[in-house]
Amino acid sequence: MATHALKNPVAIVGMACTKFGEHWSLSVDDILIEATHGAVDSVPGLELQQVDAFWLGAMTSGVSGLTLSRPLGMRHKPVTRVENMCATGSEAFRNACYAVSSGAYDVVMAVGGEKLKDAGYSGLEMPSVPNDGTPPVLSAPAMYSMIVPAYARRYGVSEAQVKEAMTHIAWKNHANGALNPRAQFRKATPKETIASAPALAGDLSIFDCSGVADGGAAAVIVRAEDALKYTDRPLYVHALALDAGSGTGRNDSDYDYSDLAESRVSAEIAYAQAGITDPATEVSLAEVHDCFTPTELVLMEELGFSQRGQAWRDVLDGRYDRLGSLPVNIDGGLKSFGHPIGASGLRMLFEMWLQFRGEAGDRQVPTPGFGLVQNQGGSPGDLVSAVTIVSSRPPGA
Amino acid sequence: MVGIESYAVYVPTGRLDRAAIGKTLKAPRRRGVRPVASYDEDSTTLAVAAVRRAIGADGDIDGSLWFATSSPAYLEKSNAATVAVAGGLPETCAAYDVGGALRGGAGALRAGLAEGNAVVAAADLRYALPGSADESEGADAAAGFVVGPRAVAELVASVSITRELLERWREPGEARIRTWEDRFGAEEYVPLGQRALDEVLDRCGVAPEDLRKVVISTPHSRTRAALKKKFSAGQADLGVVSDLGYAGAADLGVGLVAAFDAAAPGDLVLAMSVVDGADAFVFRMTERHRPGKSGLENLDTSTVEVSYADFLTWRGLLPREPARRPDMKPPVPPASRRTGEWKFGFVASRCRECDYRNLPPRRICLRCNSRDASVPEPMIGVPAHVATLTDDWLSESVQLPAKVAAVDFEGGGRFEFELADAVDQAVNIGDPVEPTFRVAGVAGNKVRNYIWKVRPHREEDC
Repeated sequence: MATHALKNPVAIVGMACTKFGEHWSLSVDDILIEATHGAVDSVPGLELQQVDAFWLGAMTSGVSGLTLSRPLGMRHKPVTRVENMCATGSEAFRNACYAVSSGAYDVVMAVGGEKLKDAGYSGLEMPSVPNDGTPPVLSAPAMYSMIVPAYARRYGVSEAQVKEAMTHIAWKNHANGALNPRAQFRKATPKETIASAPALAGDLSIFDCSGVADGGAAAVIVRAEDALKYTDRPLYVHALALDAGSGTGRNDSDYDYSDLAESRVSAEIAYAQAGITDPATEVSLAEVHDCFTPTELVLMEELGFSQRGQAWRDVLDGRYDRLGSLPVNIDGGLKSFGHPIGASGLRMLFEMWLQFRGEAGDRQVPTPGFGLVQNQGGSPGDLVSAVTIVSSRPPGA
Repeated sequence: MVGIESYAVYVPTGRLDRAAIGKTLKAPRRRGVRPVASYDEDSTTLAVAAVRRAIGADGDIDGSLWFATSSPAYLEKSNAATVAVAGGLPETCAAYDVGGALRGGAGALRAGLAEGNAVVAAADLRYALPGSADESEGADAAAGFVVGPRAVAELVASVSITRELLERWREPGEARIRTWEDRFGAEEYVPLGQRALDEVLDRCGVAPEDLRKVVISTPHSRTRAALKKKFSAGQADLGVVSDLGYAGAADLGVGLVAAFDAAAPGDLVLAMSVVDGADAFVFRMTERHRPGKSGLENLDTSTVEVSYADFLTWRGLLPREPARRPDMKPPVPPASRRTGEWKFGFVASRCRECDYRNLPPRRICLRCNSRDASVPEPMIGVPAHVATLTDDWLSESVQLPAKVAAVDFEGGGRFEFELADAVDQAVNIGDPVEPTFRVAGVAGNKVRNYIWKVRPHREEDC
């Protein structure tokens, strides 16, 4: 299988992200206008009309490119809607990057947005194809709760130890979100409160689950060679990887629910593209898909940050805290920033944009190495995973 | 000679303490417990369980299916067809519903015996308005019989008398059962039952004392008591089913199974239904008869208590505030038709190349990617155990938390199921489970989503 770094590297030269939350007063049109205009406005001198093509990530908030072009009043532009479950935002970005790298366009945008809170439910309603009624119907927390006993058995740790690490992750991401003015939940929560919350599924409580939100984010992308024409601090793209599994893990008796192979493979592909051989030391900060706290726990191993079976210990040691050696989800993550599906991958990149430009305020951490964004959709055994690697240095520099 | 080749009952594990009704309603407390179908069972699934058990390993059934119930899951659409397919019967089996009246239980048995080669199923859920005698004295249960020439119980004689008599009635879809004055029923039914009894015994030249076991099935309790007095206590004693309660259209069959199990080769068994007339059957047990494995084993020990609130909720008599979740999506008929063997028959596929079982069947094997290289693989009877499980408080299930388990099948294959019969039950990784046909849910358009679930393995599954 051949996957390569882009022959013509690309860079982000402008970004915007709305506040995430329950926006009773905003429609999806409002959210997409704010994100798109915000990103264009972040690039001095750039007009929307100068953007050659658009990729819109939206899972449930609209169909076709018209979902974006209609509210913006744009005429005669190539606008493509993409969807790849909760990895939709990263998928919009990846395809936009390929388009500008190919030379087909000079300036493109990836926009992600979702209006979920009009559904009237606290969870996420997945679009489904009419079927025979036999596919198992588990809630998303239930599917991810399967990780806990599987991880405990696989590595000989107790479920109580796994829960302690999950509690730390929830505590960390809530504390990080408290520092982020754009986050949905901005309240630091004591570990005791998190640990004593009633179960929703398996060992997962509400504090182990990310919040469904309304919100949008957008990026302006150009070829790296042109980036300095637009900003003095571009964010360069070093790797773009996507892995879709066969989706058969839940029907395979060899499958272990603590295995997120698609995340591992997408990271390995991305590391090869970026020339990273030791992610635990070369990656300075990461935004990962903490849809549920056990997901973030296992991802620390799948992404190569922790040794197998050691992530729970590293988490408890504070290694992934904001002031730890490899801060993870400094912006609060899905857990407290919120999860408007189509926007989340771009929201993760937005934190990289701020951090690598030194604009992260109270959350600012050093960024000597690479930044990693991992964004996934589906459930254990039935996943797509996207990994994007960025830094303030152009590839090859 | 035509008769019953094999037989079985299915009685749900749930038991409602009759005293709990009186306690809740501040009414007289009745003694004992009554069987309660779970939230995911209906008359169709009860019948499937009884038919599967009656057929046993012998899936080579010829003839017709007659399914009786007074609580049909669907009108217009045949429930017997669902019982036939989920019961493992071939497409050539003519399946007919004998629906609506309590007397259908006797009618289905008579039709099957007349056909000569048949499967007879009867199932019912008995409930009525809270506080009624039918509520506390009812039983949810099913019985299944295979009729054929290699009988363990051959039919000696039968008699049927029909009478137009409005002693009890219920409008379709209504919970309330209305009855006329008790004395009116007794004065009509007792002589009618006596007449049927006299005629059937006369036809086969048998005296009442020659009967080993006697089944008197009637919703009219005074009639039942009066007719039982015609026999000795031993003749009328049906063991563990004596105190179950009246099981509607399935009542005659449940009693008959208990009578067969208590009889020895050469014994005579009388079964009589007294409702809207009278039907009497006399069977003689043959040398083929081997009691056991009828589902009566552990009937009074392998049970779980059901609260009165759950009973009312499950029967739709205590609607509760649903969780704030999206509406349940119904299965669509074309998809259900395409995957019928899987959905209703629990038939997976086995890859000819790598031998792995694919649940559900797939064109491309999930293990070796061979294309169109699979053969149908019936999963009933394949040992299975819990690989991992979780409690889901956000499930669409009626009963929360739903216990959801990934189940591994011996020899390959995995599927995730909601566990049935697991309310308040401790289930652990590695526990053995058995497939069971259930209703996953009823959608807003009233489509009933029938699927195979698994339930914890019980002694009688051996």
